[in-house]
Amino acid sequence: MSAPLTKTQIWGAPIALGVLSLVGLLAALLADGIGDAASWVALGVPVVVSIWYWGRRS
Amino acid sequence: MKSASVKSWYLVHKWTSLISTLFLLMLCVTGLPLIFHEEIDHALGYSAEAPAMPEPAPRASLDDIVASAKARRPGDAVQFVFKDAEDPRLWLVRLGEKANSEDASAFYTYDGRTGTYLNEYPVNKGVTNFLLRLHVDMFAGLPGTLFLGLMGLLLVVSLVSGTVLYGPYMQKVQFGTVRRDRSPRLKWLDLHNLLGIATLVWFLVVGFTGVVNTLAVPVFGQWQATELAEMTAPYRSKPPLTEMGSVQKALDAAHAAVPGTELGFMAFPGSDFASPHHFAIFMKGTTPWTSKLLKPVLVDAQTLQVTDTRDLPWYVSTLLISQPLHFGDYGGLPLKVIWGLLDLLSIVVLGSGVYLWVRKRNLSFEAWLRTMQGEKEMAA
Repeated sequence: MSAPLTKTQIWGAPIALGVLSLVGLLAALLADGIGDAASWVALGVPVVVSIWYWGRRS
Repeated sequence: MKSASVKSWYLVHKWTSLISTLFLLMLCVTGLPLIFHEEIDHALGYSAEAPAMPEPAPRASLDDIVASAKARRPGDAVQFVFKDAEDPRLWLVRLGEKANSEDASAFYTYDGRTGTYLNEYPVNKGVTNFLLRLHVDMFAGLPGTLFLGLMGLLLVVSLVSGTVLYGPYMQKVQFGTVRRDRSPRLKWLDLHNLLGIATLVWFLVVGFTGVVNTLAVPVFGQWQATELAEMTAPYRSKPPLTEMGSVQKALDAAHAAVPGTELGFMAFPGSDFASPHHFAIFMKGTTPWTSKLLKPVLVDAQTLQVTDTRDLPWYVSTLLISQPLHFGDYGGLPLKVIWGLLDLLSIVVLGSGVYLWVRKRNLSFEAWLRTMQGEKEMAA
C-alpha cells in the first residue's frame, strides 16, 4: 500500500480552483473590460481542468 | 477523521442529494438555455432592434411613449417603464389590466430617440417563457418558488457534505485521477469527485444565490410593508390621484435628486412597487457594481416633486447582487458560455450521483468506505 497523501497534496488543487472561481465570479462584477477578461480566464480554469482530466488517457 | 463521523457526513450527503437531485437536474437543464435567453429571444425575433441613426441622436419624450402605449390598450394601466438591459436606446413599457395586476398584459418596445413604436414582446408565450416558468416555480406560483428554494438549500448542504467526504476519498488518490479501467462504477465515482470539487465554488455560489432569488417576493414585500409604507405615510389619508403629471418631468426630477445615476426602472402610481400617489423611480449607479444596486426616488405624481429618497436596506441589496451571480449575465457572451459549460459539468455531477446511488444501493457503508479508500480496488 502506498502512504496516504498529505493534506497539501489532497487539498492544494481544490483550494486553488476554489479561489480562482471566486476571483472569476467577482472580477466581472467589480470592473468592466479587464474585470470581464479576468473572470473569463479565472472561471475558465475549472472548466479546462475538468475536461483535461476527464479526457486524459492514463 | 473518525469512521463514525465520515459515516454521518456520508448519510447527510446521500439523503440531501437523493431528495433534491431530480429537481436540481430540472433546474440545471432548464437553466442552460435560460443563460442565453436574450440571444434566443433575439434569434426568434421576440426582441426589437434599434435602427441605425446618425449621432447625436434626438431623445424622445417619455410622455409621448407612455401616451402611445396607453393608446394601444386603452383599458389597461401602465405599470413599469424601463430601458432595455442590452441596448439603452430601447425603452420598454409594461402594461397590466390594472396598475397592480401581477401579470403583464403587454410589453411594448419603443425607440427612445424618436419615440417610434417598434414591437410587442410576447407575454407568456414561447419556449424561453415555458422554461423560465418551470425554472422559477414549476407553474406553482410562490409555493413552487419557495419549494425550489428549499431544494437549493439541500444542494448547499449536499455540496458541503460532499466536500467533507472528498478528504477521506482522496487519501491515496492523486488529484484528477480517473480510474477508467477497473469498473464503470469506480470511473464514475472518480469523475463525480473530480468534477464535483472542480466546480464546487461556482455551484455553491449559483445554488446559494438561487435560494436568495426564491425569496424575492417576501423580500420586496418586507420592504414595501416597512420602508415604502414609511416613506408614503403622509399620503395615506389623501384622496385618490385624479390626474397624473408628466412622466418625463418625474424622471427628470429623480435625475436631479440623485445626480450621476441612470434609470433602473420606473414604477407607476398604484403599481406594486410605487404608492397610489407616487412614481417610484429606481435609479442605478454607473459602475459595474453600483449598476446592480438601486436607489428608490419617490416623486409625487401630481406635483412632480421628489418627496423622499433613501438607500434600499441590506436585504434588498443582497437580493439585487444575487441576481447577476445566479444568471451569469454580467461579463459578456464569453462568461455566459463558461456559465453554460459549468452548468453542463454540474449536470454530470448530479447524473453520476444518481448513477452511483442506483449501482450501490445494496452496498453497506463499510463496503463503500473500503472502495472509497481504494483498498479493495487496488487489491483487485
